Amino acid sequence: MLDSALSVLRMGRNLPRLMEGLGVTLEISLVSVALSILLGVPMGLLMASRRPLAPSFLRLYLEFIRVMPILVLLFLFYYSLSKFWNINLSALTVSILVFTLWGAAEMGDLVRGAVTSLPRHQWDSGRALGLTESQVSVYVVIPQAVRRLLPGVINLTTRMIKTTPFVFFINLPDLVKVGQQIVEVSGLRIPLASVWVYGTIFVIYFLICYPISILSRYLERRWQS
Amino acid sequence: MFLAAAKLTVILGCWGVLLSIVVGLFCAVVRFYRVPLVRWLVGAYIELARNTPLMVQLFFLYFGLPRLGLVLEGETCAIVGLTFLGGAYLAEAFRGGLLAVGRDQIEAGLSIGLNRLQLLRYVIVPQALAVSLPAISATVIFLLKETSVFSIVALPDLMYVAKDLLKEGNSAETNLLLVISYLAVILPVSLFFGWLERRLRFAGFGS
Repeated sequence: MLDSALSVLRMGRNLPRLMEGLGVTLEISLVSVALSILLGVPMGLLMASRRPLAPSFLRLYLEFIRVMPILVLLFLFYYSLSKFWNINLSALTVSILVFTLWGAAEMGDLVRGAVTSLPRHQWDSGRALGLTESQVSVYVVIPQAVRRLLPGVINLTTRMIKTTPFVFFINLPDLVKVGQQIVEVSGLRIPLASVWVYGTIFVIYFLICYPISILSRYLERRWQS
Repeated sequence: MFLAAAKLTVILGCWGVLLSIVVGLFCAVVRFYRVPLVRWLVGAYIELARNTPLMVQLFFLYFGLPRLGLVLEGETCAIVGLTFLGGAYLAEAFRGGLLAVGRDQIEAGLSIGLNRLQLLRYVIVPQALAVSLPAISATVIFLLKETSVFSIVALPDLMYVAKDLLKEGNSAETNLLLVISYLAVILPVSLFFGWLERRLRFAGFGS
């Protein structure tokens, strides 16, 4: 039985191709996570502010993104943009765009939560000590907010990695798509191909996400007090 | 066509969520009472299910298992897959609630002569449920969204129908219908949980 596993992975360029698929998966997740953080932080600060319009508008955006399955968003951007505005984006760009839209919304909510959960007196004491507004931000607010934020951000990262297989539906050759192609080609000759290939992918995802989850839990426990 | 597809999505989603609640509750209680041995199995299951994508789980169930002699139909696969995933997430959600029930609550319950089952029924579960409700509602909505991948196991759900229509080329209407259908399915659930959360704030909640 194990022979067939090895033979599937060794056949042709199967293993290197799986690794290329993994590369695509990681590229999408890492780029989108980075962009989400960049966009999400100002968004969260805006949501926490007391300015009139912007917070409620962002709230609406967040709720919409939350309710829509990512798959629907992918379809929306992949099929409708090209049709109506003649904007032709590659599948990779669409995926990164959609994942960033989603990630930024979730990030924004995390930042908002972290900032508003800080008690008001932290600002006031800082100001009372004679710190300027920006000094209060740099020395008092940001260090505390980051601590509250980090576990959530890491959690979001694993969620995004676990959602990347959705790009399968817009024909991007990520890990899962490559796996399926390999199974289709070698399934006839090696009956157990599907078990081994999907099994391998299962294990790869687990090996990526599990350490990240552990890190998040560790940080949460350490910074709780 | 869209209605039938929406119905299928809702039915599969309901089954998946209901079974997930059963599995999740079981796992949470096992971990709460630290049942030896079973506890380790449950722990391993939760980590495995939480750290892998549903799509990969479904692919394995649908394309992998038949080769090993276990053939599951598309619908069974979908429900089993969703339960596998949801059970683990809900177990974590319930566990958070159970841990939040104070030691003093349990001891007070015991001292007025409640037996173990009564304690669970009248003291622990109501409080735990109230605390973990936000996590539960987030998970349920997440599970409903995850149903969108069921078309890979050849089920004619909303995404599947949409994909078919897209091939015929009327993408605007299709995508609009798709968005509206999912809104119609998920928004009421989201609102319902919001209402429930406000209703279920028991004394001492959140303090």
